[in-house]
Amino acid sequence: MKQPFEQAVSRHGGTVLRVCRAVLGPGPDADDAWSETFLAALREWPDLPEDTNVQAWLVRVAHRKAIDVTRSRARHAIPTGAVPDRASTIGVPGGTDPDVWSAVAALPERQRLAVAYHYLGGLAHTQTAELIGGTPAAVRRAAADGLQSLRRNPHLIGLAEEGHHR
Amino acid sequence: MTTNTNATAMSPDDDAALLIARTTPDDDVLARLHRRLEDAAQEQGLLDVAYSEVDTPVGRLLLAATEVGLVRVAYEREGFEEVLTKLATGIGPRVLRAPARLEFAARQIEEYFAGRRTSFDVALDRRLSHGFRGLVQRHLPDIAYGHTETYREVAIHVGNPGAVRAVGSACATNPLPVIVPCHRVLRADGSLGGYVGGPDAKATLLQLERAA
Repeated sequence: MKQPFEQAVSRHGGTVLRVCRAVLGPGPDADDAWSETFLAALREWPDLPEDTNVQAWLVRVAHRKAIDVTRSRARHAIPTGAVPDRASTIGVPGGTDPDVWSAVAALPERQRLAVAYHYLGGLAHTQTAELIGGTPAAVRRAAADGLQSLRRNPHLIGLAEEGHHR
Repeated sequence: MTTNTNATAMSPDDDAALLIARTTPDDDVLARLHRRLEDAAQEQGLLDVAYSEVDTPVGRLLLAATEVGLVRVAYEREGFEEVLTKLATGIGPRVLRAPARLEFAARQIEEYFAGRRTSFDVALDRRLSHGFRGLVQRHLPDIAYGHTETYREVAIHVGNPGAVRAVGSACATNPLPVIVPCHRVLRADGSLGGYVGGPDAKATLLQLERAA
């Protein structure tokens, strides 16, 4: 790739963070996965073919890094019951809604991953299936079911109504 | 009438758009992660080019540095995107906004515009200065602060009195304007001549130096 790497960070940094947060939950693990993703991407960047879909490539790298983070978390047996203190985003314009993340976190794993990689990361169902296993049709169904249950989640009803009145 | 009968049904696309809108990270979170990436990339020697932008009386300047030193200063009219793309192609695509590497140069530029500095002491990477143009560009810092030379005088100083036009194009293609003072080269009749940052920028720089 001959484009400045900064373009990849500024264009896709937000998407990669969404995916990491959906997979790992918002917090330090997602931040670590984001950092590891872009550091690995920076290392591989000069060898990347020019016609690569950069967003899809980054989401795949993020998937690998999220697995690494999950594994090292399991190895080190870091307690996950307590949520670490974080700066509140409530009341910040454009801030992410913590309720959305808890609703995403409550999805069954396959639905959550399918939503993360397809709807948040922009991967095709076939690409998502390569990452998380199963057939593209099953992944499509999991993604649709996940989105459905997010819609039904009490946290998100307000959002859906907001959507109607656009 | 069948229009609007589905007004209450959300399509999956609407839901997905909503989900994306509600999960968009704060700018300050992304800025913090970006700084972390800058530090790690620098530490691991993964930065071909680090860049930053500074505001000056002659407009916004792009500063870019390799591990060797400052490699490029660009005026906004040159198109920062285009300049960065050229650096990515010519030097290496691991180009990242990473102001830490430019802090030193940025501070000196600030001092210069504040009238507190008359020469620059910044490591330079001269890899974008080639051939005769490079020869001219290396001569330019010999023209002292507050002084000027004509294109012809520069041609004489670099040992090629006939190459007045070539001196002109060497100044026009100076990869390190302001730091390498091509603004101190004028036409024989005293008029300004061209400038990579535009005539107004050239006049402003000369005025600043004359006032000092």
